[in-house]
Amino acid sequence: MIETVLNVGLPHYLILAGFLFTIGVFGIFLNRKNMIVILMSIELMLLAVNINFVAFSSYLGDLTGQVFTMFILTVAAAEAAIGLAILVVFFRNKGSIAVEDIAGLKG
Amino acid sequence: MIDFNLVPLMPEIFLAITAMGLLIVGAFQGNCTLRVISWFGVGALCLALFMLTRIDWHLGAVLNNMFELDTFSAIVKVFIIIGLVASLALSVRYLFDENIVRFEFPILILLAGVGMLLMVSATHFLSLYVALELQSLSLYVLAAFRRTGLRSSEAGVKYFTLGALSSGMLLFGISLIYGAVGGLAFDDVAMVAAAGDVSPLLIVGMVFVISALAFKVSAAPFHMWTPDVYQGAPSAVTAFFAIVPKLAAMALLIKLLMGPFYAMALQWGQVLYALALLSTVVGAFAALVQDNVKRLMAYSSIGNMGYAMIGLVAASPAGVSATLLYLVLYMFMTAGAFAIILSMRRGDLQVLNISDFAGLSQTRPFLAYGFAIILFSMSGIPPMAGFFGKLVVFEAAMEAELYVLGTIGVVSSVIAAFYYLRLIKVMFFDPPEDAINDDTPFARYVVLGVSLAMVTFFIFKPAGLMDLMDSAAQSLFIS
Repeated sequence: MIETVLNVGLPHYLILAGFLFTIGVFGIFLNRKNMIVILMSIELMLLAVNINFVAFSSYLGDLTGQVFTMFILTVAAAEAAIGLAILVVFFRNKGSIAVEDIAGLKG
Repeated sequence: MIDFNLVPLMPEIFLAITAMGLLIVGAFQGNCTLRVISWFGVGALCLALFMLTRIDWHLGAVLNNMFELDTFSAIVKVFIIIGLVASLALSVRYLFDENIVRFEFPILILLAGVGMLLMVSATHFLSLYVALELQSLSLYVLAAFRRTGLRSSEAGVKYFTLGALSSGMLLFGISLIYGAVGGLAFDDVAMVAAAGDVSPLLIVGMVFVISALAFKVSAAPFHMWTPDVYQGAPSAVTAFFAIVPKLAAMALLIKLLMGPFYAMALQWGQVLYALALLSTVVGAFAALVQDNVKRLMAYSSIGNMGYAMIGLVAASPAGVSATLLYLVLYMFMTAGAFAIILSMRRGDLQVLNISDFAGLSQTRPFLAYGFAIILFSMSGIPPMAGFFGKLVVFEAAMEAELYVLGTIGVVSSVIAAFYYLRLIKVMFFDPPEDAINDDTPFARYVVLGVSLAMVTFFIFKPAGLMDLMDSAAQSLFIS
């Protein structure tokens, strides 16, 4: 029993990544407080994908997955920069980054 | 170094270098260069179009099978570049009128354009992802382009949040496909799927990827960002959003569905069926209650993406050709519609409520008649091009025996005709309001003229465009 738990294999990584991804998605939709939390959730989703890629890469003995991870890290940095920039612009106009204040457009 | 042939990517490389050169010019010379940079960008796009028509469209794979140029991607690229030219030409005066004179605008459009061009020629999920992100990141910034405006920045926040969510879903799907296939080239996926070795992992990954792309084309359960972003973003940006990225994302979807995922048509057919059905219905009903023209155009685009997808459900060369024709005609119609919407100004303000169009036929008859022709076309009244777009799509659906989907599509297009015709009624039969500014720039007339010519004269020589789309669709099915 102990051996099967401690012997970490591909399924463990996939389950972990699946959990993290789900937490990220729920963080975007259930979060009612702060836009920064949404940015964190997006980051969490991308990192969960990275775990997936690295786990598969190691399991398959194929390097493509790890190369992909590098690309995701780079693009995620650019995405976070742009997200924060847009958020700063919004804060300057509204004076708040609460999620419930982002509701000016409706219909 | 097996192949270091960059010729098939000439237009993209040229545009990327031009965009960066223009960025340096803007950074040193400031915002006063906006007009020069914009028209230089239009020139560069025309040059890229020229290059694209001069190179051989069967050059095949480049950069270690990361990209390829085939007839399909080349034809789509031609129309993407035309759309980029139109949206740049429409926007220059608008930026000056609205006092958002910033040189970054044309550069962002060029970079987004490079992303879209690369996207449709990607043959590997890695290049697909990077190209898609190049496009999306530029679009997020464009949505928030009026940075002193609350609505524009709110549109930016919303678009960014949902766009990032969709990229996350795309990546998760790609990672599952990687695990199931053991490689990320489209050919690897196609080979594993064709061998009948379709694991649940592969199917789940595929559904994730399709949902992420449905976000980008704003198909119905994933459409919630569209109305808000269309309304909040500056109108020139809305015009750009409506004209080009839809075509590019849809072309990418076609390429995935008919390429690596083709052997799983049974599975994705159901997903596409649901997307098409919901989009047509949502587009028809939600638009009925709108009174802002940009919101109306947003719902109209949701509905139109639904009609375009009906052709894809058929999963046949005829269906793909119908979808492409529909998308291209829709692009021309939207460009014309936005040429008019951008001209709706009173004094220093843009007026975008439907009631503001009242009596336009008396104050600005040319705009009113032009808009009427485009709206007739969008609602699918016979002599106009829009009718033929719908005709080929529904014909493909009937051939594939999708009777329910086709019928619901026709019914919702009849319902959708109501709100197009309502606009015409407001323009022609309501008493006129205060006059609309009479300073429509020449470039806008050119875009409107091309769009009207396309819409009205398509009936005289439909074969030209249809043959082009057929050859594009055929090239996907040969390989």
